Amino acid sequence: MRESTIIRIHYATALASVAFVALHVMIRVTQGFADSLEFENVVANYQFLPYAGILEVILVLLSIHGFNGLRVVLLEIRQGRMYERGVTVACIVMMVAVIAYGSRTIFAMNMGAF
Amino acid sequence: MAGVPSSKTTTRLKIKRSNPAAGGAESYSEFDVDTEAWTTVLDAILAAKNYGDHSVGVRYSCRQATCGSCGMMINGKPRLACFTKISELDGGTVTVEPMKNFPIVRDLVVGFDRLFRSHHRIKPYIISDEADIEEGVRENRQTPEELEKYIQFAGCIKCGLCNSACPTMATDSQFAGPQSLAQVYRYVADTRDKGKDERLKIIDDSHGIWRCHYAGSCSKVCPKGVDPAMGIQLLKGHMLGFR
Ligand code: SF4
Repeated sequence: MRESTIIRIHYATALASVAFVALHVMIRVTQGFADSLEFENVVANYQFLPYAGILEVILVLLSIHGFNGLRVVLLEIRQGRMYERGVTVACIVMMVAVIAYGSRTIFAMNMGAF
Repeated sequence: MAGVPSSKTTTRLKIKRSNPAAGGAESYSEFDVDTEAWTTVLDAILAAKNYGDHSVGVRYSCRQATCGSCGMMINGKPRLACFTKISELDGGTVTVEPMKNFPIVRDLVVGFDRLFRSHHRIKPYIISDEADIEEGVRENRQTPEELEKYIQFAGCIKCGLCNSACPTMATDSQFAGPQSLAQVYRYVADTRDKGKDERLKIIDDSHGIWRCHYAGSCSKVCPKGVDPAMGIQLLKGHMLGFR
């Protein structure tokens, strides 16, 4: 993939993250912060489909943005074809793993695992 | 007869010495040099070389900020030695060191292979089938507005000061560098040139234009008034399709 395409994705995920995190914060403000982390509230949030959808989108956006950012930082620290390939593959694997693990939690909660 | 006022003073000149080919031990040689208000750092280095130690390694040529040969760190900042007057600097001691982000050949002389390779790679010439001058046909003409878009970038003398000031150059050994990226913009912005796609492709890799974080230090040190940081940002606009 061309670097300019990756950067477009990087910028787009940053902008979209700002919008979705703002939405998430607005929802939390209306619900009252103090009780946000009460177990029942957390479970209820995950079981409310539109809100669970927002969390899933934030998870995907921030994972893509964050791991690409990490890749860029690591590529600037050291160079070399093997190193570069290793960093790219490792970042993609970590990104997929974080999205899979986070999504599993969101879906399991949404489908009434608790 | 009235005495002629003199601005003569003595300046201590500290020159960083090293010779990587002979082991690489670093040291500083110190010289006391007579200087006037108009004495440049290059004049002082040459005085030290002529009357103190002939073995001081320094590269220079035109002595008028045109050839770009005498770039070095002067009191910690990348500058041209021929274009920096001692009277403009703070303090009584002037410390000169080889440019950062370049391999040292000896003392103040650094290797330009990487800069020239990057510059060559971006095809620093007009690419156009219409560029040949034919008998009876006028050369490509440009309006003053068209010229304005790239003329400052055409003033680059390849001195390397911008690359020396760039923080990305310090860590990324494959980064194209502000000098060559600014030259890409110079040709992309030139209405006579048809090589835009070719050049943008060259700098669109993992050590190309996107590794510039817009620190802006390149533009601060350029002795020719080129603004590489601006060129790079305008180029990013081209690459993202905004221009
Ligand atoms: S852009 Fe300026 S500082 Fe950089 S190489 Fe050209 S003249 Fe030197």
